[in-house]
Amino acid sequence: MTSLSARDITWTAGRAPILDGVDLDARPGEVLGLLGPNGAGKTSLLRILAGLRRPGRGRVLLDGTPIGQLRRREVARRLAIVEQSPEAHTDVSVHDVVSLGRTPHRGTFSALGAEDQAAVTDALAATGLTGWEDRLWSTLSGGEQQRAQLARALAQQPEVIVLDEPTNHLDVRYQLELLALLRGSGLTVVTALHDLNLAARFCDQLVVLQQGRVAAAGSPADVVTDALVRQVYAVEAVVDLSPHTGSPAVTFLGPAHRP
Amino acid sequence: MRTGRQRRRVRHGSTALLVPLFAAVLCASVVGATFIGTAAIGPLDVLGVVLRRLGAGSLAPVPPAPPLIEALVWESRLPRVLLAAVVGLGLSVSGAVLQSVTRNPLAEPYLLGVSSGASAGAVGVMVLGLGAGAVTLSTGAFVGALVAFGLVLALIGGGKVSNPARVVLTGVLVSQFFSAITSLVLMLDGDADATRAFTYWLLGSLGGARWEPLAVAAALIVLGAACCLLFAPALDAFTFGWDTAASLGIDVTRARVVLMALAALMTAAAVAASGAIGFIGLLVPHVVRLLAGGSHRSLLPLCGLGGAIFLVWVDAFARSAFAPHEVPVGVITALLGAPAFAVVLRKAARR
Repeated sequence: MTSLSARDITWTAGRAPILDGVDLDARPGEVLGLLGPNGAGKTSLLRILAGLRRPGRGRVLLDGTPIGQLRRREVARRLAIVEQSPEAHTDVSVHDVVSLGRTPHRGTFSALGAEDQAAVTDALAATGLTGWEDRLWSTLSGGEQQRAQLARALAQQPEVIVLDEPTNHLDVRYQLELLALLRGSGLTVVTALHDLNLAARFCDQLVVLQQGRVAAAGSPADVVTDALVRQVYAVEAVVDLSPHTGSPAVTFLGPAHRP
Repeated sequence: MRTGRQRRRVRHGSTALLVPLFAAVLCASVVGATFIGTAAIGPLDVLGVVLRRLGAGSLAPVPPAPPLIEALVWESRLPRVLLAAVVGLGLSVSGAVLQSVTRNPLAEPYLLGVSSGASAGAVGVMVLGLGAGAVTLSTGAFVGALVAFGLVLALIGGGKVSNPARVVLTGVLVSQFFSAITSLVLMLDGDADATRAFTYWLLGSLGGARWEPLAVAAALIVLGAACCLLFAPALDAFTFGWDTAASLGIDVTRARVVLMALAALMTAAAVAASGAIGFIGLLVPHVVRLLAGGSHRSLLPLCGLGGAIFLVWVDAFARSAFAPHEVPVGVITALLGAPAFAVVLRKAARR
C-alpha cells in the first residue's frame, strides 16, 4: 500500500503564483478529493503530484521517497495520471490507447505478453469498454474517451492514481460507477472533483484549494459546510446529512454577495 | 460500425505478417524495376549480373551478359533503383517520426522547409563557390537542409506547437525565405545553363545515382531509421501529449530531441543524394496507418519498406513512361501527393 504526500508545494507560472505552501496526504488505499473553484490550482497540483512538474519549493513523496529521486519508469509503474480530455493527433483504436498503459512494463521490442493482455482486458472490463477494443478514438464521445483514458491508467497497474476531474463528461450513472470503482479498487486515489455532493459521498478525505492555498482539509463532514461553500465559492448553501447516504449533502441556494 | 470493427480485427492479426510481405515485395521491386527501361534486359539477366558481381557467379541462372548490358545494369540502373529505395525509406520514416514528434498529421520534411534549405545550400556551392571547391553540391544541400529544418523546428518550439496551421505556416515562411535567397543568388550570379541545371536538380531526380554517394546516403538513412525504431514506445506514447507520455515513463525531452535530429539527418541525406522529392513523407505514413494501425513498432518498418517500394516504382514510371523524356521523380510524387495532402488537411481541420 502506497501513500502520496505533498509538502509545502509552491509553484509559479511566469510571475503569477499558482500554488503557495500546499500540504496534502493521501493515505494508502484511500480516496482523496481535491476541490476548489476554477483556477484554484487543482490541475497544477495534480501535475506536480504526478511528478510531471518540478515544484518551485517543496516536495512530493511517493511512499516516503521524494518522487524526483525515483526513476521515471519506476514512477510510471507505481503512479498513473488521468488528465482532463487529452487530445490525440492521430486516430488510434481503444485497444491501442489502453495498451499504452503497458508502456512502463514492456521492453522496446517485446510484443504484448499474456500478462499485458490480461491487464488490458481487466481494465477494459472495469470501465465497461469490453467489446470496444477496435473502436477508433475519434468516434468516441467525450465520456467514452474519458473511460478509455481511465482504462489506460488502470492497465498501468499503478499503486496510486491521480485524476483530473474524471467525472467531467460522464452521465450520472457513469459518475457513480467510476467513483465506486475507484473506491473499491484498493488504490490510493487523488482526484479533482467539481461536484461537492459526489465528493462528500465517495471521498475519505477532502482538500479544498482556494487561490493556490489549502482553505480546508479533513473528512467530508468537517470540510463540507455552508460556511466553507460561502467562503470558497461565494455561494449560499445549506448542508445537511442525507438520510439516504449518511453523507453531507449540499443544496445550493444562489450566489452570495462577494465580500 | 460493425463492419469497421471487423475490418480492424483482421488488421490486428495480419500486421505481423505485413513486414516480411513488404520486405519480399521490396526485393522483387528492386529486381523488377532494374530491368525496366529503354534497353531490353530481362529479370534473369539482372539477377545474373548481381550474383556475378557479388562473387556468386556459379549460381547465376543465365550465361554472362554482354559487357555493355552488364555495365548498364551495374553502374547505372541498380544504383539508381537502390537509391530510390533508400531515399523513399528515409523520407517516409522521417515523415512518420515527425508526425508523432510534432503531434501534427501534416508534418513532412518537404513541407517543413527542408527542400528550400537544401536548394539554398546547393546554390551557395554551385554558383557562389562556397567552400572553395572542397565542398560538393550534395554537401551544400545537406548543410542547407539541416539549417532550414533546424530553423523551422526552433520556430515551432522544438515541436511544442502542435497547431497544424501554425506548423504549416512556419514551413511555408522558412521555405519562402530560402527560396528568395536561392532566386536572388541565381539572378545576380547565375547564367542560363546553371539556372536550368539547378531547376532540374531542384525537382528531385535519381538520375545521377552512383555507388559511392549511394553508400553514404544508405548508411546514414538505414542507421537513422534503426535508431528511430528504438524510440517506437515513445512515438506511441506521444499520442496524447507530452504529459501523458512522461507519466508512462518516457523521457520526453530526450526522445524528442534525438528523434528530431534523426529525422533531420535522414532527410538531409536523402535530399543531398536526390534533390527535393516531396510528399512521400506525408503520403506513405498515412496510407500505412490505414493498413496497419497506429503502433510505431510495426508502423516504422512498414513505412520504411512501403516508402522504398513506392519510390522505386514511381522512379521506374518517371524514367520510362514518357521515354525518351525523363520526368523528374519529384514531379510525379507531387502530382500524387498534393491531392493526398488536401485530403489529410481536411481531416486534420475537422479534428
